Amino acid sequence: MRSVMAYIAGLLFGLGLAISGMTDPARVLGFLDVAGDWDPTLMFVLGGAVVTNFVGYRLAMRRPNPLFASAFQLPTRRDLDGRLLGGAALFGVGWGLSGYCPGPAFASVSGITLPLAAMLAAMIVGWFIARRV
Amino acid sequence: MTVDMTASLHGLIGGVLIGLSATWLMITLGRIAGISGILGTLITARPKGDSGWRLAFLLGLVSGPALVILAGGGLGNVAGQAGAVIGAPAGGVATMLVAGLLVGVGTGIGSGCTSGHGVCGLARLSPRSMAATLVFLAVAIVTVFVVRHVIGGDA
Repeated sequence: MRSVMAYIAGLLFGLGLAISGMTDPARVLGFLDVAGDWDPTLMFVLGGAVVTNFVGYRLAMRRPNPLFASAFQLPTRRDLDGRLLGGAALFGVGWGLSGYCPGPAFASVSGITLPLAAMLAAMIVGWFIARRV
Repeated sequence: MTVDMTASLHGLIGGVLIGLSATWLMITLGRIAGISGILGTLITARPKGDSGWRLAFLLGLVSGPALVILAGGGLGNVAGQAGAVIGAPAGGVATMLVAGLLVGVGTGIGSGCTSGHGVCGLARLSPRSMAATLVFLAVAIVTVFVVRHVIGGDA
């Protein structure tokens, strides 16, 4: 049952990425290119997602625990440190170079190309490196 | 700037679906819908008893766009190709290797990406996620500016 629930969540996420156009790096880069022909699409995507989830989380948290797990697993740290901000900065460079963040990159495998395969392979190498630094 | 109403509406609808996905994963399994965490942890740690749901989520994530393609009907939102679902990469293999490495290392040590920090962290009003989102957005904007307008030299 847990797998079915997780599959539905992944499916909704994948449908959202496809319908919103976030599986197109040109849309993402068009949003990031504030000095060019700016494309506001990503703003609607992030806005729609955050507002929906803001309301949704509040409804979910009214329950003492999730429907199919013993407890909500939420990050508890509130401090800012070098790893968080440095990591975010490195991610920002990679995102700006490619227009891919992990979700859209992985969700796009049904339209795989050689550059996308290279991106995904390097991303996995990066995750292994991150565990060692 | 071009405001394309259809593209914006697609963005909003897709965004709401992504928000519903994050809410669904929280209310059913109590987990944050962060792709770098779900996928990265599965691959690098293969946690016993905590891998099945990750695999199922990722299967769903891939089948979303695949179903939209199979359904036809032009529900995608690729820039300049109305209805297409998956856009072309913005660079070649060399660029993507560098970008992929930076995205992997960055989201690994920074504990999240656009989904974990952006969609989920902002909705929780987490100060760490707000700071991370501001940093990766700002750095990505500067990166695109340098690539397109300083090195690339267009406009």
